[in-house]
Amino acid sequence: MQLDPRVPSGPIEKAWDNYKFEMKLVNPANKRKYNIIVVGSGLAGASAAATMAELGYNVKCFCFQDSPRRAHSIAAQGGINAAKNYQNDGDSIFRLFYDTVKGGDFRAREPNVYRLAQISVNIIDQCVAQGVPFAREYGGTLANRSFGGAQVSRTFYARGQTGQQLLLGAYQALERQVDAGKVEMIPRTEMLDLVVIDGKARGIVTRNLITGKIESHIADAVVLGTGGYGNVYYLSTNAKGSNATAIWRAYKRGALFANPCFTQIHPTCIPVSGNYQSKLTLMSESLRNDGRIWVPKKQHDKRTPAEIPEAERDYYLERRYPSFGNLVPRDVASRNAKAVCDEGRGVGESGLGVYLDFSDAIQRLGKKTIEERYGNLFEMYERITGENPYELPMRIYPAIHYTMGGLWVDYQLMSTIPGLFVIGEANFSDHGANRLGASALMQGLSDGYFVLPYTIGNYLASTKLERIDTGLPEFRAAEMGVEQMTKTLLSIRGNRTVSSFHRELGKIVWEYCGMSRTAPGLEQAIEKIASLREEFWNNVNVLGNGEEMNQSLENAGRVADFFELAELMCRDALDRNESCGGHFREEYQTPEGEALRNDANYSYVAAWEYAGQNQTPVLHKEPLTFDYVHPSQRSYK
Amino acid sequence: MNLTLHVWRQPNAAAKGRMVTYQAKDINPDMSFLEMLDVVNEGLINKGEEPIAFDNDCREGICGTCGFMINGIAHGPLPKTTVCQLHMRHFKDGDELYLEPWRARAFPVVKDLVVDRSAFDRIIANGGYISISAGSAQDGNNILVPKQFADRAMDSAQCIGCGACVAACPNASAALFTGAKIHHLAMLPQGQPERKKRAVRMVAQANTELFGSCTNIGECEAVCPKGIQLEVIAAMNRDFLRATWSERREPVASD
Repeated sequence: MQLDPRVPSGPIEKAWDNYKFEMKLVNPANKRKYNIIVVGSGLAGASAAATMAELGYNVKCFCFQDSPRRAHSIAAQGGINAAKNYQNDGDSIFRLFYDTVKGGDFRAREPNVYRLAQISVNIIDQCVAQGVPFAREYGGTLANRSFGGAQVSRTFYARGQTGQQLLLGAYQALERQVDAGKVEMIPRTEMLDLVVIDGKARGIVTRNLITGKIESHIADAVVLGTGGYGNVYYLSTNAKGSNATAIWRAYKRGALFANPCFTQIHPTCIPVSGNYQSKLTLMSESLRNDGRIWVPKKQHDKRTPAEIPEAERDYYLERRYPSFGNLVPRDVASRNAKAVCDEGRGVGESGLGVYLDFSDAIQRLGKKTIEERYGNLFEMYERITGENPYELPMRIYPAIHYTMGGLWVDYQLMSTIPGLFVIGEANFSDHGANRLGASALMQGLSDGYFVLPYTIGNYLASTKLERIDTGLPEFRAAEMGVEQMTKTLLSIRGNRTVSSFHRELGKIVWEYCGMSRTAPGLEQAIEKIASLREEFWNNVNVLGNGEEMNQSLENAGRVADFFELAELMCRDALDRNESCGGHFREEYQTPEGEALRNDANYSYVAAWEYAGQNQTPVLHKEPLTFDYVHPSQRSYK
Repeated sequence: MNLTLHVWRQPNAAAKGRMVTYQAKDINPDMSFLEMLDVVNEGLINKGEEPIAFDNDCREGICGTCGFMINGIAHGPLPKTTVCQLHMRHFKDGDELYLEPWRARAFPVVKDLVVDRSAFDRIIANGGYISISAGSAQDGNNILVPKQFADRAMDSAQCIGCGACVAACPNASAALFTGAKIHHLAMLPQGQPERKKRAVRMVAQANTELFGSCTNIGECEAVCPKGIQLEVIAAMNRDFLRATWSERREPVASD
């Protein structure tokens, strides 16, 4: 298979404009003749569904939650980047592009990233017009802050609930189209298979999560905006329901999966408190703007933070990275936290935590200002830990937060299956090996509001689509496959719950394919995953039946997919003999312990092709070239 | 700590429900309420009993998916807290807890503690938005919004749509939910063109969904996990009244 990213030629500044002009258009009167399926209703899915409906397409939008407003985009806290340069501090489209390519450790496609930076400014305008209540200055202009890893203030925010407000904006736009009759919203329904006919994506098979009914839906194009796969780790900052099933089943139908080992660990989460823990809670990294990170200089120092004098504290990020200090990118901050904890200098009962201290900021700015900036985060922290962060420093530890990998897409956001488009976190496209803070919201909305609505038109206008119906054998076969899997899961009646398997799988992946990885560890992980997977299929206990709401059954299907995906992640991590961004192979580091890239051999996107059950997947490489941002070792010193 | 739970079990919308008693043993005070239920459910599955169904997703208090009554209080005893953020340290060893789904005609029970809140989506679909299609926006700073208005809009926009307000209201009114959206958009210059029509349509839809009327009791405000204030209901009534004499086009459904 030859991977064609279909990137535009010519100067990067003009690339997207030229591309838009060259793409074919669908006549306005013909748009209503096309049916489009959108799976997922987060920032990417909701914005895409709403925008395509505005253009005149008929859209069916699916989500597994009870309402599209619940999608996990809602939990994003910190903000959204845009190259507005409202602060007159030297920002520009080129700088946002440059920062994103560099922050992604030179493993992203340049033209995609440039387009993202260009569109960033339109997103803010669109959201303001929708009534998103962004933070404002007293004069009424939009407020900005600087955010993890950026030296300019380009992040727009709505208190610590930016994702919520942007999602509600997109959700309202979506409901407006529901009202207009252009979107049929189908909640509490899960996509369980993709239907490919004559090599094109032509529909999906779903399960109604209340009645258990398996149904087929036909379409002229299918869009997946189903988010990331962080829950493969069991403990992550993702919502409990976030899953990889839609993209995984599409992978098994022929869509290539790119860079699965590129996962992001967020440095500022609340540490694990016990083995009953069901998820981890992120504290926005905007906290790092004013909080100072430290651990005791002594190992196993059990004194309370107040008892540790200034001279015996190690502000290790400020010490090692004087110019970026506490604002180094996420992967760097996370690895350093792990390193000091591995040295035995971690804090809290488990020793897996570092302090994030606001006492200097409170002294400098006053409690009121800090409360205004981070009030809801402080409240959340206190609610969970029972400690008051105005008085005691917070304890934080890294946790899995975002997955840069995902289904491979070309410049038009189309996967290797014609007619299957993948947007938002579900695709791999813009963040390379590491995503910068406040860029996920930007990418989700860029894909949904401003990229996909153009590129999908080009596909529809240039493709001959036969009339089909759900009686075709392809649909019947997919339905039967789904029914069979449901039956199998319900018939095992073993001795272990789905969650116990998921928890154990998560531990393996976190241990061997988490913050740092080694070849022997990954090989071991692949074996362990395979044997646990075998046990799962022989010993899982799913009660109830398939004709009703059955949360264990839903979960079982998702965990079954996580097993397979976990193995692919490890294979990808093993194949990539370098360290870059979120992928840190212990064998490949500089003498100072920084990630050591290998541009000569690994400057490519690793796209994996499914080769059948229990077959080793086939690796395809999309070479990456850098014409504008010359690869250099990232240095935040 | 050990607790006794009385939980509403109802296999589906059509079936009759009943309270069933379970023991929650060896509960760690640092667990969240939902983690406690996870532990109970794992025990049930291992005994061959079907686990208790409850809605949940982000477990960070922002998605609005979770929520049920604990001893008659929506989201339980801690103010401004969803059940997923409610930790067991707020309960005592030996406590007896009654868990019931949201009860309102407009929120039919789906299973156990899970209810159908799609009525909220339909209220939003009836004007709970600003009509602006992608591509037609002007520069974000062209219209200045005084900080205090943006802040007040944000106060109301924080609503997570969990439905606690409805569950707590003796009339099962959706006034706090509906008012929050009307107030959020009414505070912003961008929300002005459709302001009156929005108020009429949303209020009418809430009536159509068989939510009750507001009689200013204030239970909704007391249980709201996001601290949405009663004033949004006043704001809604103001916009609705103004609109009914100046803008009304369609009749307002009464039931």
